[in-house]
Amino acid sequence: MKFYTRRESLVLGGAAVAALTLPGVAAFAKSEDAQATMAKFTGGKTASEGKIELKMPEIAENGNTVPLTISVDSPMTKDDYVKRVIVISEGNPRPEVATFNFTPRSGIAEASTRMRLAKTQNVVAVAEMSDGSFRMVKRQVKVTIGGCGG
Amino acid sequence: MISRREFMQVVAATGTLFGSSVPWAKLSAQQKITQGDLLDFKPFGNVTLAHLTDIHAQLKPVWFREPSVNLGVGNAEGKPPHITGSDFLKFYNIASGSPEAYALSSEAFVGLAQQYGRMGGIDRIATVLKHIRSERGDNTLFLDGGDTWHGSYTALMTKGADMVEVMNALKPDAMTGHWEFTLGADRVKEIVNDLPFAFLGSNIFDNEWQEPAFDAVKMFERGGVKIAVIGQAFPYTPIANPRWMMPNWSFGIREEEIAKHVSAARSKGAELVILLSHNGFDVDRKLASQVKGIDVILCGHTHDALPVPLIVGNTLLVASGSSGKFISRLDLDVSGGKLKDFRFRLIPIFADVITPDREITALVDKVRKPYQGELKRVVGRTDSLLYRRGNFNGTIDDLMCQALIEVRDAEIALSPGFRWGPSLLPGQEITGEDLYNSCAMTYPAAYRTKMTGKFLKEVLEDVADNLFNPDPYYQQGGDMVRAGGLGYTIDPKKPIGQRISGMTLLKDGSTVDPSREYVVAGWASINQETEGPPIWEVVETYLKTNTPVRIKPNDAVKVVGV
Repeated sequence: MKFYTRRESLVLGGAAVAALTLPGVAAFAKSEDAQATMAKFTGGKTASEGKIELKMPEIAENGNTVPLTISVDSPMTKDDYVKRVIVISEGNPRPEVATFNFTPRSGIAEASTRMRLAKTQNVVAVAEMSDGSFRMVKRQVKVTIGGCGG
Repeated sequence: MISRREFMQVVAATGTLFGSSVPWAKLSAQQKITQGDLLDFKPFGNVTLAHLTDIHAQLKPVWFREPSVNLGVGNAEGKPPHITGSDFLKFYNIASGSPEAYALSSEAFVGLAQQYGRMGGIDRIATVLKHIRSERGDNTLFLDGGDTWHGSYTALMTKGADMVEVMNALKPDAMTGHWEFTLGADRVKEIVNDLPFAFLGSNIFDNEWQEPAFDAVKMFERGGVKIAVIGQAFPYTPIANPRWMMPNWSFGIREEEIAKHVSAARSKGAELVILLSHNGFDVDRKLASQVKGIDVILCGHTHDALPVPLIVGNTLLVASGSSGKFISRLDLDVSGGKLKDFRFRLIPIFADVITPDREITALVDKVRKPYQGELKRVVGRTDSLLYRRGNFNGTIDDLMCQALIEVRDAEIALSPGFRWGPSLLPGQEITGEDLYNSCAMTYPAAYRTKMTGKFLKEVLEDVADNLFNPDPYYQQGGDMVRAGGLGYTIDPKKPIGQRISGMTLLKDGSTVDPSREYVVAGWASINQETEGPPIWEVVETYLKTNTPVRIKPNDAVKVVGV
């Protein structure tokens, strides 16, 4: 029986439980702010769905640090590649989470990071392709009090 | 309600797509059951799967009442396993008062329990397994769906060692887990390192590097068939249970990982792909429609017992109940790299009918011996039927909530919506064993705190969404948090934030004020360093002055819109 103990990782950030929404603590990004951020990124163009994936858990285990991976299906050649990908939060105080820049030499259009989620919300990723078109994907991630399953 | 047409579709699907399955209803004509009746199975095909799940450390036979309320939402509305009571009997063509009616439904439970006796017992399960193996030899795979090392006094005292010792003697080929992790990551590692079979979890990853923390797949060869078993632990373990107990492991559904393992297994020549799952039934039903190429999903977690496998596309879903009441036998005909046909039986473990396996009885006696005093100690008596299952309340939880309110001097009590814990019949003495069977766990502190009315509503809304979110991938598989001293109305089909209304403080009938603070007692908090006496102490204290237990009908939760 093989058991992976290769890396005993650090204890993450103390014993915080998945944070429940604290309404009124901060002015959260409204969906309009998120839309404005997206419009700024696309220059007002419509982003179509497909070709881009956003991997996130359905329910966050720890709202303070939620892993996410974006990937775009692209050959990444000089003539056809992904230029940049923005990650937008619809429910955090600031809508812009991160922007990743790519070149054909990136090889693949994939990136991972972690983000904080103030509450249950949609996270949106938008990719700008080299031909000037845009692709988008949206995922809902729940932040829950937990404690009752089973 | 289920239409006749839908029922016929179930029968037609099992009959024509995969051929015959042994009808369980055969038994219903007769009151007397024999071991031969229960084990009767015309061997079929070249592979046999035996599936046991969610026994929650119940080594001995138990009473266990199935739920009378188990609502389905979204695509699961009105479909198995969300059919209960007499509707269930009608759907599966089971006669009232028959052994199956007793085993599978809540109908006339007390009377039938007295007639048919307890169910389960690991030594009886061992007898069934031995029979299957003697009939099928090397063609058999025995798979344990998890929630095995937790749920009793002895499992708590031995940190799961009693269960590990007994299960090892039954020689499973693989298992996955959920409550196992509440023994703490170090203990899990310690046990798993010495386990003589595979502990699989394709969805468990190291938190920092996002690398697999456990083996995901195990390949077997049985009856000349190459079989891949993929393990799937409970996806929301660090959310539904304390994350601090397994801080370095991340879970989740991770559908794409399963898809990856399915195609990798196929390319390695697997002719049969099995998902040994602790997802919960509705999650598995969705997963079967999303991930192609899984032949069989052995479902666990939500404790459903279905007499016929459910078919989604080309995937068979098997649900084998809980607490040792059943073991599923699935005979499969696999040829030319494909599952051609099957024969299935959910074998009910009637404890008075199946002869215990002598060796396993001795082993069970051995592991329990040091704890006999506490197990046998009488702590009270009940005049009411005590049970746990049901979406909104169970009488065991009513008892616990009353105890919390009285002993912890609170206005409101909250008790988690767990689905484990056997039942007690009216007139029964309550022993230490019975008490621990409904609350033995590693984070038992009965807290006392203040919560505003607004926060209480958020808690109810949050838990309701974990149960009634129309997308099963957002469900956590427990039942609604039980409330004592608090009444409310719930509309399960509404979205989060709009399901709960009419919150009332029962002691004076006042409307719950969002800004007022209420004294709340509860247990099983997932927060580290929760303070308070263990729940079993609270209940025992309450029983000292409240025996025999008499539970009044609970009408504090009003369900609307369904």
